Amino acid sequence: MDMKRDYYEDIQLLDSKVLWFWFLMFIAALITFPFLVPNYHIYMVNYMAINVIVTVGLNILVGYTGQISLGHAGFFAIGAYSTVLLMMNLHFPFLVALISGGFIAAFFGFILGLPALRLEGPYLAIATLGFGMAITQVIGRWQVFGGRMGLESPDLSIGSYVIETDRQLYFLIITITFLLIMAARNLMKTRVGRAFISIRDSDIAAETMGVNLTFYKTLAFAVSAFYTGIAGGLMAFLLGFISPNSFNFILSIYFLAFVIVGGLGSIFGSIMGGMVMTWLLLVLDKVQELPYLGAALISFSEQYMNLAGLPNIASIIFGLIIILLVVFEPLGLYGFWIRTKIYWKTWPF
Amino acid sequence: MFFQLIISGLSFGSIYALIALAMVIIYKTSEVPNFGQGEMAMISTFVAYTLLVTHGYSFFLSFAGALLFAAVLGVFLEFVFLRRAKDPNILSFILITLGFEMVLYGLASWKWGAEQCDFPFPVSDFDIINLGPAVISYLNVATLLITLFLMFVLFLFFKYTKVGIAMKATQQNAVAARINGIRTNRIMSLTWALSSMIGAVAGMMLAPIATLDPNLMLEPLLKGFAAAVLGGMTTLVGAALGGYILGIIENLFGGYVSLEFKSIVAFLIIVLVLCFKPSGLFARHYVRKV
Repeated sequence: MDMKRDYYEDIQLLDSKVLWFWFLMFIAALITFPFLVPNYHIYMVNYMAINVIVTVGLNILVGYTGQISLGHAGFFAIGAYSTVLLMMNLHFPFLVALISGGFIAAFFGFILGLPALRLEGPYLAIATLGFGMAITQVIGRWQVFGGRMGLESPDLSIGSYVIETDRQLYFLIITITFLLIMAARNLMKTRVGRAFISIRDSDIAAETMGVNLTFYKTLAFAVSAFYTGIAGGLMAFLLGFISPNSFNFILSIYFLAFVIVGGLGSIFGSIMGGMVMTWLLLVLDKVQELPYLGAALISFSEQYMNLAGLPNIASIIFGLIIILLVVFEPLGLYGFWIRTKIYWKTWPF
Repeated sequence: MFFQLIISGLSFGSIYALIALAMVIIYKTSEVPNFGQGEMAMISTFVAYTLLVTHGYSFFLSFAGALLFAAVLGVFLEFVFLRRAKDPNILSFILITLGFEMVLYGLASWKWGAEQCDFPFPVSDFDIINLGPAVISYLNVATLLITLFLMFVLFLFFKYTKVGIAMKATQQNAVAARINGIRTNRIMSLTWALSSMIGAVAGMMLAPIATLDPNLMLEPLLKGFAAAVLGGMTTLVGAALGGYILGIIENLFGGYVSLEFKSIVAFLIIVLVLCFKPSGLFARHYVRKV
């Protein structure tokens, strides 16, 4: 790994001119991308970007602070519903509603963070699991939230600029994603980030060193929920429709799978994990249309399983990926990337 | 009204108690909350359903077949996945059970997700016994009796059989148990089998009340956790009592406060208990090792 000699090297965004070059190229690619590819791919990238936000947010909590959460679908739902309802009922402008949605989610994150002060490991997992399920129940039963039927998201405009197509949405989502990733990356280099990491490594030691556990644990929950809430708000507009059934327990595990696949405690890993897994999710949604494999699976399901249930194969594959990664590569894609990098750097030794 | 709520609370409570027991048996041995518990029970119930309806075996044969399947499934999970974890900490165990949960959920929805299944239970839910101020259906009586019987068997098992005592020893101190010649690995597998079987019984008793689909156990799993937390994750008796208490509280809440938000009670109980008495109502206070 590259050695960091002083603090200013550590907080530098990119440490060499070559990296700056690639960084600028990457941004240029992001800007030109939507003009080169068909619409469905733009939709796919939008979907990926939103999930990357969630993954980064969840990684702040799970990977950096070491607190597990099985209830992030709840924050996602809170963000989505608050944004839509604030715009529909109170006629907030979009950006204000989105950020308020994020803060409402953050508030709930703070609330959930309170019991987390006394809980750890399995107990925390159970409490957050309950939270996620409770949120879905409340939303599904309350008429304000559209009940089981869900809500249609209102028309989207920033100022007088109306956003309709996936391409316009792309620029909005990518900008927000970029800002949030940078914010997360910088946050981890500040005293707050270091406090999070020290809590993960040993909360008792952290407290002895003067880290205020109450403050930082609830803060980690709030920040993580804020990210997820913003992502939820964006998702409401990407899908154009939200209903309580889409924010279930399985979604929370999907989010956790994104983080695990990307690699715990790594922003770069989160980006990879979120993108790769979302891509996989969208591909597996239409598994019948894949060449060769699709036909084989169709005949297999007709013979032994049930054709109508075939899309559920995504859940099987996700489950297997989680298990295999935990067993064989606990650091996820990021760990794989680091090992490959070191291998080539030191080659042939 | 009040008695009626308590009686039906008891029969739901006994299902929660079984799930909680299954959970606690695992938790005590390996400190893993098994998030796959619900789906393991669900898929065993589907196996019973298939044997019963598609292949037309008798009820008791299907029941036994499903229990056997559940036991094999439990051993499989322990032997193939949990034992292979490279870096065995709590997070990775939780993740493995979650991954297993998703695999089973996907398999069940793939095979049975599309159709609505009615689980034919030989005891009817509509014939009732009059108890004065309240009525109770034959099915509820059967649920209560089966649960009590199962608990009694478990009690005998842990008290008088060699395997049961070895399990208790492993739960208390795995290293010491090993030194005394207990194959803790094998005991671990057996514990998973036992827990999975108890879960399967809970699933099969829930199926005639609820609809049998892949989501069958999602909420009951949460209730089971709530019951286990309420009674204490480290005591069997506590978990069983927690199940009954949860069933009654939930039903009273549904009857007197709000039927719509009945299922939030479980979550509230989890949070309140964890905030005020994290070790549960019936367990000794636990001390964390640094």
